[in-house]
Amino acid sequence: MTDLIEQKTAAIGAIDACTSLEALDEQRVAALGKKGWVSLALKTLGQMSPEERQEAAPAIQAVRADIAAAIDAKKAALESAALEAQLASETIDLTLPAPATPKGSIHPVSQVMDELAEIFADLGFSVATGPEIEDDWHNFTALNMDESHPARAMHDTFYFPEKLADGGQPASSSEAVGHTKMLLRTHTSPVQIRSMAKLAERTPGGEPIRIIAPGRVYRSDSDATHTPMFHQVEGLVIDRDIHLGHLKWTLETFLKAFFERDDIVLRLRPSYFPFTEPSVEVDVGYSKEGGRWVVGGNGDDAGHDWMELLGSGMVNRRVLEFAGYDPDQWQGFAWGLGVDRLAMLKYGMDDLRAFFDGDVRWLDHYGFSAFDQPTLSAGVGAAS
Amino acid sequence: MKFSTTWLKDHLETDASLAQITDRLNAIGLEVEGVEDPAVRLAGFTVAKVLTAEKHPDADKLQVLSVDVGDGDPLQVVCGAPNARAGMKGVLGLPGAKVPANGMELRKSAIRGVESNGMMCSVKELELGEDHDGIIELPDDAPVGHSFADYHGTAPVIDVAITPNRPDCMGVYGIARDLAAAGLGTLKPIAIPRFDAEGACPVEIRTDDPEGCPAFYGRVIKGVKNGPSPDWLQQRLTSAGQRSISLLVDLTNYLMLAFGRPAHIYDLAKLSGAVVARRAKNGEQVLALNEKTYTLDDSMVVIADDNQVHDIAGIMGGEDSGVSDDTTDVLLEIAYFDPPRIGVTGRKLGLASDARTRFERGVDPAFLGDGLDLLTGLIVELAGGTASEAVHAGSAPSEAKQIAFDPAMTSRLGGVDVCAEEQRRILESLDFMVADGWPTNGQVSCPLRRHDIEGPADLVEEVVRIYGLDKVESVALPRMEGVARPTASADQKLERKLRRAAAASGLHEAITWSFISDEQAAVVGGGHWSLDNPISEDMKVMRPSLLPGLLAAVQRNLDRGASTVRLFEIGRRYLEDGEHPTLVCVLAGDKIERGWANGKASTFDAYDAKAMCLELLEAAGAPVDRLMVMGDAGDVYHPGQSATLRLGPKNRIASFGMLHPSTLKAFDVNVPVAAVGIHLDAIPAKKNASFARSPYAPPALQAVTRDFAFLVPHALAAGDLVKAVRGADKANIVAVRVFDVFAGEGVPEGKKSIAVEVTLQPQDKSYKDADLKAISDAIVAAATKLGAQLRG
Repeated sequence: MTDLIEQKTAAIGAIDACTSLEALDEQRVAALGKKGWVSLALKTLGQMSPEERQEAAPAIQAVRADIAAAIDAKKAALESAALEAQLASETIDLTLPAPATPKGSIHPVSQVMDELAEIFADLGFSVATGPEIEDDWHNFTALNMDESHPARAMHDTFYFPEKLADGGQPASSSEAVGHTKMLLRTHTSPVQIRSMAKLAERTPGGEPIRIIAPGRVYRSDSDATHTPMFHQVEGLVIDRDIHLGHLKWTLETFLKAFFERDDIVLRLRPSYFPFTEPSVEVDVGYSKEGGRWVVGGNGDDAGHDWMELLGSGMVNRRVLEFAGYDPDQWQGFAWGLGVDRLAMLKYGMDDLRAFFDGDVRWLDHYGFSAFDQPTLSAGVGAAS
Repeated sequence: MKFSTTWLKDHLETDASLAQITDRLNAIGLEVEGVEDPAVRLAGFTVAKVLTAEKHPDADKLQVLSVDVGDGDPLQVVCGAPNARAGMKGVLGLPGAKVPANGMELRKSAIRGVESNGMMCSVKELELGEDHDGIIELPDDAPVGHSFADYHGTAPVIDVAITPNRPDCMGVYGIARDLAAAGLGTLKPIAIPRFDAEGACPVEIRTDDPEGCPAFYGRVIKGVKNGPSPDWLQQRLTSAGQRSISLLVDLTNYLMLAFGRPAHIYDLAKLSGAVVARRAKNGEQVLALNEKTYTLDDSMVVIADDNQVHDIAGIMGGEDSGVSDDTTDVLLEIAYFDPPRIGVTGRKLGLASDARTRFERGVDPAFLGDGLDLLTGLIVELAGGTASEAVHAGSAPSEAKQIAFDPAMTSRLGGVDVCAEEQRRILESLDFMVADGWPTNGQVSCPLRRHDIEGPADLVEEVVRIYGLDKVESVALPRMEGVARPTASADQKLERKLRRAAAASGLHEAITWSFISDEQAAVVGGGHWSLDNPISEDMKVMRPSLLPGLLAAVQRNLDRGASTVRLFEIGRRYLEDGEHPTLVCVLAGDKIERGWANGKASTFDAYDAKAMCLELLEAAGAPVDRLMVMGDAGDVYHPGQSATLRLGPKNRIASFGMLHPSTLKAFDVNVPVAAVGIHLDAIPAKKNASFARSPYAPPALQAVTRDFAFLVPHALAAGDLVKAVRGADKANIVAVRVFDVFAGEGVPEGKKSIAVEVTLQPQDKSYKDADLKAISDAIVAAATKLGAQLRG
């Protein structure tokens, strides 16, 4: 019996000394293999008397278990060391650059248009569109600017040759017949006419309407602050008892939501637009912070001033008539506002021309992530 | 229009400050565009007396002055003016003052080693005139130490933008009238200098075109002496930004700028026979005062004598009969012209003038006789001469517009409550006549000069602007009940989705001009809409494709050193049949930059374009599975590396591929460019879209894959093989994927090998060998029909 114990001690020593799985397996075979000394010792049990066996068996079994445990432990230790060695050999330099997923961006004009749509959707305004190649009638006449109107001259209009107008169909409608001089719309206001006319077709005399109409507009004007193409958003509300107070509220509410600040102060000044009566120029208070214009505050306060923001007014009854609305039943307001300028005021660009250059460095800097989708719950603005 | 406050106060009795005046002007719709206040401009310039003048020790032309500015110690000033001398009074600019002529801020300094505490100024330095020979010399009684601006009395000049509806405010008097109505003072009556009219007018005056010229008033003044204008007149014209020319010309300008009333003075010696307002004859010519010759037509009104045209009526006088310094006898013309006719004539001739601006907007029809007498009186007073009786040929419109006006309209439209009596007061202060019984009975009668007043809304505007737009309170728009409803149309949602999908795929959104050059348009097949009056040749044709704008942007980016340019734009193409919403992507240059892992850079290829195209179409909700890849992407594309995606042979939804080298060359782009074009209006709208998806449960049984390698004719499109395999057993085959394409060694000439992985999805029970064999046979049979052989 003492032999067995000595043998066990020697075997466990040998197991511990193993440096590879192969060596360990040799030790296993030597001890626990078919002809291993533990197996042979176990076989001797068969020749023993029951009494002897009762005494010897537990001792041999214990030796067997101890050796098996020692082998298992050693095996785990060797495997773990092998894995560690393998992992150590697999170490890489993670300061090396990883392949980058290209980053795209949303143009600030599109982003701001989406913001506008979101804010105004909450006020019940839908988004309307219309053609950019317009006819004279929708762009001018129906907006109360007939042929001889001096205000026409102030629009710097791009025209198409007459002959084209005869050959090409005006992109829409019946009113245009006989007024087919085609031009690039100088403002988004013709969308007012088209939107109202469509409703008036459905409901003679007209029906309530709340729309914004963003889009490209064109004036033959080009200098540091003007581009021949730019973006406007038209707003139109027609209902029964809409007045200048509603206009003021709507613009205040919109600007508060857009700039996400409560200290928006508007100043209304009388002005003139042929398509509105009364006509109102709207200024907003601002201050200069670090050379940038920051909208907010009362323009009359110290350190503040007023900036002209937009033209607006109560829709002229002639315009309502031209669009097929009954001006004795319906009234409302309209405004037109520069989208590019709104974007510049909110997000701090200072060069309008850069908007239309497609410079990827500029777009990367001023553009927006695809995931900056304006929502009311998260705030329509995207902070950088 | 510009005017000095002195001029304003010729017509308005007021104690208001400059700030009060400008605030009120803004508040009533006469927008102040600028104020030039000499008190600000000349701040720091003081009346000073030179006590002593000694030669500068180190400079021959300089003197060292000791100058008294009235507060104790005299200042030492170095001065280079030859006329600087002891005892004279002049103007000293103190340190801190800015020299108006050059914006330079004065500082205490040393000039050639001698301290100087300011600058004695010339007329030119203070922008008070051209003279710069020496410093200003003031009279002996000038108060030393007094602000020079005050002493000089130069009044502030206000620049006001007059909207086209208010020609009545295109004269200082009209502005004064509006300010008086707004409570800023009292309007002074127009003072007409007295003169005695002697004898009938020796010239026959008449109008033969009563539509174009309903009224032509005139008279002759003989024995006038033209010459320079008096100071008060010059000062007023200068404040308006007008140069003084001669007394007679200045007086007509004064009448126009003070009263909004253009007039014309003819040199009588240059006229012969009757002077008549008539239609021009077609082709008739006139040399105008701007020394250009204009060819007229019979829509235009002219003033002519027996021999020739002397005036393009209401726009510009003729050179031949203009007054000069030698003029002694004159004919005055004050007429009323039909505003639209003046506008049309001006546009046809491309001729702008101050007179046209007023006539085409409408002058005061009630100010012809008084205007003529005022001008006559001023001429007689200042230039002498004897006036004849006036001739009044024809008559200007005299019927005042009557408007039924309900005072409740003001709150209904304007959103402010103004009591009827206050409304009456405001309207009457603007010369509207309000009937005694109003508002119960009677109407509002408009002053003739207010051509802009058409109806009650205009009266609301008058009341509100004088009452104060600042009193309009915000009133909330009525809200719809509940949560805001969606407002975007299907088209708008499509554009928004695509825009964000493209940006999420790594493309920058660009916005490029809608107009391109003829040459650029030609590259993409030419444009239909070509502008009549483009701003430049580069912006002439409405783009028939978004590619030119984007390729030009690519080229600019490459020039700036970019190695990769990924851009897209969503915008309209302008075709003969209308405007088509379109998405175009360009992938230019390196797809993957050279790198430590991948080695050399790789460029974009047609499959990148295809992947982008399908990804975007998927985002757009297009039926991607049903799209056919077909050829004919057009000349801008590489003929062998481009295709179209169609729903049915005629409905082309998108095109993609590599651009043709000659397209790239046309835009100076020297890297390969892959492009995608999607016609948004060709994507079919989803029918019967609903929130609930079609029913689906993942199959319980596992899918099985089988590989097949076919030898096919080299020309066979892989897509056709896939389609055939897919169609071999539609119930069981759920996917077919090409995983290898090979030609060359081991593959016979004219053939290629295509290997596909077919995914089979058992439905109710697992496949048995016989099932799989049947499906395999069907696949092989379908492929064989295309000339494919199963490889062993």
